[in-house]
Amino acid sequence: MSSQDHEHSPLLRVEGLHARIGDREILKGLSLRINAGEVHAIMGPNGSGKSTFAGVLAGRDHAEVTAGTATLDGKDLLAMPPEERANAGLFLGFQYPVEIPGVGNLYFLRTALNAQRKSRGEEELDAVDFLEFAKDRMKLVEMDPAFMSRGLNEGFSGGEKKRNEVLQMAVLEPKLAILDEIDSGLDIDALRVISKGVQALRSPTRSTLLVTHYQRLLEYVVPDFVHVMAGGQIVLSGGRELALELEKKGYAWIDEEAKRGAWAVPAQVSP
Amino acid sequence: MSDAIRELTEQKYKYGFVTEIDEDRIPKGLNEDIVRLISQKKGEPQFLLDFRLKAFRHWLTIEEPRWANVHHHPIDYQDIVYYAAPKPKKKLASMDEVDPELREAFKKLGIPLEEQARLSNVAIDAVFDSVSVATTFKKKLGDLGVIFCSFSEAVKEHPELIERYLGSVVPYSDNYFATLNSAVFSDGSFAYVPKGVRCPMELSTYFRINAADTGQFERTLLVADEGAYVSYLEGCTAPMRDKNQLHAAVVELVALDGAEIKYSTVQNWYPGDAEGRGGIYNFVTKRGKAMRRSKISWTQVETGSAITWKYPSCILQGDESVGEFYSVALTNNRQQADTGTKMIHIGKNTRSTIISKGISAGHGQNSYRGQVKVLKGAENARNYSQCDSLLIGDKCGAHTFPYIEVKNPTAQVEHEATTSKISEDQLFYCRQRGIKEEDAVSMIVNGFARQVLKELPMEFAVEAQKLLGMSLEGSVG
Repeated sequence: MSSQDHEHSPLLRVEGLHARIGDREILKGLSLRINAGEVHAIMGPNGSGKSTFAGVLAGRDHAEVTAGTATLDGKDLLAMPPEERANAGLFLGFQYPVEIPGVGNLYFLRTALNAQRKSRGEEELDAVDFLEFAKDRMKLVEMDPAFMSRGLNEGFSGGEKKRNEVLQMAVLEPKLAILDEIDSGLDIDALRVISKGVQALRSPTRSTLLVTHYQRLLEYVVPDFVHVMAGGQIVLSGGRELALELEKKGYAWIDEEAKRGAWAVPAQVSP
Repeated sequence: MSDAIRELTEQKYKYGFVTEIDEDRIPKGLNEDIVRLISQKKGEPQFLLDFRLKAFRHWLTIEEPRWANVHHHPIDYQDIVYYAAPKPKKKLASMDEVDPELREAFKKLGIPLEEQARLSNVAIDAVFDSVSVATTFKKKLGDLGVIFCSFSEAVKEHPELIERYLGSVVPYSDNYFATLNSAVFSDGSFAYVPKGVRCPMELSTYFRINAADTGQFERTLLVADEGAYVSYLEGCTAPMRDKNQLHAAVVELVALDGAEIKYSTVQNWYPGDAEGRGGIYNFVTKRGKAMRRSKISWTQVETGSAITWKYPSCILQGDESVGEFYSVALTNNRQQADTGTKMIHIGKNTRSTIISKGISAGHGQNSYRGQVKVLKGAENARNYSQCDSLLIGDKCGAHTFPYIEVKNPTAQVEHEATTSKISEDQLFYCRQRGIKEEDAVSMIVNGFARQVLKELPMEFAVEAQKLLGMSLEGSVG
């Protein structure tokens, strides 16, 4: 694909995505487009399918995609195993980052970065060069270097784990970062630090998809577009003000409307 | 179950080949004449023949142990060749004279002897089948008074040391397999580090079973005199075989007052095929005796063999002596491991640490069996045991059999145990970061074993990490 195509087609294009877990259909015809450089937020009540959507894009096999398409930079995401999606520039910040005892944080990061560099035909970084680079990135999220020699997320608090997710994003420099409830379980200071990190990584070539319950995060990382998800679809799209409205009115009215079938036809979401 | 997990259960052994070598062997079977013949072929002194005969006569009166959590077909002890030695064309003075075919075999194993000895500052006593064919660095060690040679050579050159220490830690009557070994052992290694000497290099032996149907009965004896220090490395691979091969080795360590012995093993013998056919039966007796203020540290990485049955142990006889056991045992396919340690606290203020990491994949069965015994006189004895199991897939098993016996009320004994699985969440997390599934499995396994791997000498640790990855799938970065 030429760079010109690049400019004119969205970075992420999801069309009519259906997915189910077991017998239950979770995503029911979800469509979304994100252009390079944009920050989008998906909001919605518990059980609306937000995390499932994030997982499906990243290739988690808990949900089965039954219809629809998803492309990143024109590449068919759904045809790739998770590591290839990562190599293609998709990053998922986990709601519940796992612990891997005994695998050093820094070692893990370097392994991941080098795996991605290798897949792109770039030279791998040695330990010394990597350390310099990582140190710089750690400042961004005010990460204490002592954490780096500990096992991956081993014994980290909830806030430390989330901070570590943002650090990983900062090191891996993805094209599209999907941050799944990166703000949950954080106190206000941790939220500020994490938001600062996310904000600092905004660039014209990088896009971010924030998945969140609360608009609090959006005060720090101001999104270009806000989408509301309900019943496995995006039912409302708007600007930053939509988040504020949700904050005031809650999700109940959306749930109600969804139950009444008001969203049977997906809203036009593409900005 | 994920693909990587499925694939690793179908992993093939990567060291399968047989070397054609002219051999000197005796007929199959075991009786008193065979024992005498072995001793005669090796030109042994009377005391050693007596030791063998006592052991053999005792062996006839005892039965194979059945308590281990392993299952195998009965072993026909009359269907084993008890002695096979490569015929050297002439007496060897240096590595250059070693049979080119032998050297080629070592190369295939990834052990370029000369180079490795030169580059890594390691003296290698290479055991090929049952007889040592080359010993390097002897002179450098000799200047310090360190003796490091094949067991047979030690019998000839230093019979007084052999007579004094052989069987002093593992008596000829100790257990079925140790007794068998005492009767028929063919060769092995001997090291003696004199008083106050810190051995300047790691002593290393590569074992290799080669002749078909030949049980290998190694005998290793290490003596660290007062205040001495020695680190010993033992590593092995074996060629692919259809028939089970019995291996019953004995290792005895003697740490005199203030001495320290570090004994590290990487064991990667042929584990049998995916259906459990073939593979080595590794029934080993390893024990050290620690005198006053001395320390014995066992570190083992066990990835090979169809069955592993070994309990490197410490008799903490002297006051303030210290025993350590660090173990990683990996069982894949149909492999079975029943391994652990015994820490016998006899002296006052004795301390022991046990860190055991069991990894089970495929249909592998992994048992930790450990005994901590504090005798009446062992005032203020302390033990800490930690046994962790990692399961990969849902057809394998992990078992823990701790035995604790305390006869002194001042003792402190702690035991911790955990069992965990490599979760799909962990794998997905790694893959989402760009790491391939098989590399992720290796990484998680190595992380799990890290506490033990860091106890290994540097070069060995790298090798062991690779081995863990290879025994599962892919390699570790």
